[in-house]
Amino acid sequence: MRRWLLPTLLLAALLGAWQLAASTGLMATFFGVPDFLVPSPAEIASSLWENRSLLAENAWVTLREILFGFACAVVVGLGFAVAMHLSETMRYATYPLVVASQTIPILVIAPILIIWFGFGILPKLFIIALVCFFPIVVATLDGLRSVDPAAIKMLRTLDASRWQMFRRLEAPTALPFAFSGAKIAAAIAPIGAVFAEWAGSSAGLGWLIQQDSGLYETARQFATVAVLSAIALGLFGLIALIERRVVTWR
Amino acid sequence: MSVSIRGLGHSYGELRTIDRLDLEASEHEAIGLVGPSGCGKSTLLELVCGLLEPGAGTLSVAGESGGRLGRCAYMPQRDLLLPWYSALDNAALALRNRGLGRTEARARAAALFERFGLAGFERAAPAELSGGMRQRVAFLGTLVAGKPLLALDEPFAALDAITRAEMQEWLAGALGTDPRTVLLVTHDVEEALYLSDRVMVLSARPARIVAELRAPHPRAADRDAAVTDPAFVAIREQALHALRRR
Repeated sequence: MRRWLLPTLLLAALLGAWQLAASTGLMATFFGVPDFLVPSPAEIASSLWENRSLLAENAWVTLREILFGFACAVVVGLGFAVAMHLSETMRYATYPLVVASQTIPILVIAPILIIWFGFGILPKLFIIALVCFFPIVVATLDGLRSVDPAAIKMLRTLDASRWQMFRRLEAPTALPFAFSGAKIAAAIAPIGAVFAEWAGSSAGLGWLIQQDSGLYETARQFATVAVLSAIALGLFGLIALIERRVVTWR
Repeated sequence: MSVSIRGLGHSYGELRTIDRLDLEASEHEAIGLVGPSGCGKSTLLELVCGLLEPGAGTLSVAGESGGRLGRCAYMPQRDLLLPWYSALDNAALALRNRGLGRTEARARAAALFERFGLAGFERAAPAELSGGMRQRVAFLGTLVAGKPLLALDEPFAALDAITRAEMQEWLAGALGTDPRTVLLVTHDVEEALYLSDRVMVLSARPARIVAELRAPHPRAADRDAAVTDPAFVAIREQALHALRRR
């Protein structure tokens, strides 16, 4: 009850204050801009409804990019984490590069990728995977390394092979950590998608925001952001749900 | 000899943990090891089990120095049951590791649940069990592994006093029906004297044996009577004295 009631109340209060400030013209005066540039929540909601098919069409494009990009990040991230855990050489060699990969400014790399791979989905997948794989790698690797050393000793005397040690002890220990990483990744995936679409695309929520920026369609921009947030929340919720199903011992 | 240790030495870098230690245990004999904290008792167990290799001296279990990991079952202080497995699957872990199918491994472990007072808890998660029960599941797992040597590292230290006494009595009974060679590391002189045939008092680091005591009533059926017996009390005082002097 409280889990739903409290955020709903807070959101309602914030929207109410915004509605008041926008409809009385207070916000526009404060920013020193014309009234139509400061949409109220009610205007955003009606824009959401009026543009539902346009938003749905572009949301589908972005959702696909996010899902595939995120899936790539999970596969590559888990693969990297396991390899870095199993091989010290691999860990020493790649950890600095993994961290450095996060310093690549997406605004710089995105246009280059568009030039290389064209306007299709491929450069978007790459960018979304680039921002998502980092939290997954770091969290999973920390999880794999958090295994209780006494448990390792016990399993060794219980005749566990390297693979059995991994399967029965290390992987289950790391699993909740991996889910945490995936949840962080889910929340930032839409940011990657928007940047990727800005660099070059002909559809998607990021593309739509960019178009509306030139058209001063601020209400629709906010409506688009709301849809983008809903996608992030949905993905986050889905992962939390899977986690609750899989990690039953916590 | 089931366990034979001669001139054993070990150090972690500059820190010498064990120095010229000799110890022998015959088959089905239980040896208690008591000593001050951080004296290298646990290191000694890890060496015997093959989790560590000695820096000096020789060490053999059941006549061989190689392959010790395969002949020893190590049971640490905390029960360390894996929370993602049921009690039964935890107990069957060693059998599964050896390549037995799940059904077969479960059946073999389940056969012991009744005898260990765990009947009906096969499918329970470790978190649902009491401390004593968890320790019994862990112990069952090491027994099912069928190793000739049990290395117990303060197995009951995490339990409350009453449960600990019950578990000692229970372990005495379990070793009576299913005898093994046992190395028992503990802080508790009384526990060592009750469960072991002989008790070695170790010095502070680097560990050496400073006293050897023969227990008067090893694993007696009536624990309370055994530990309050004057002969037991006298030897306990002797051990405590050796510990203080060391």
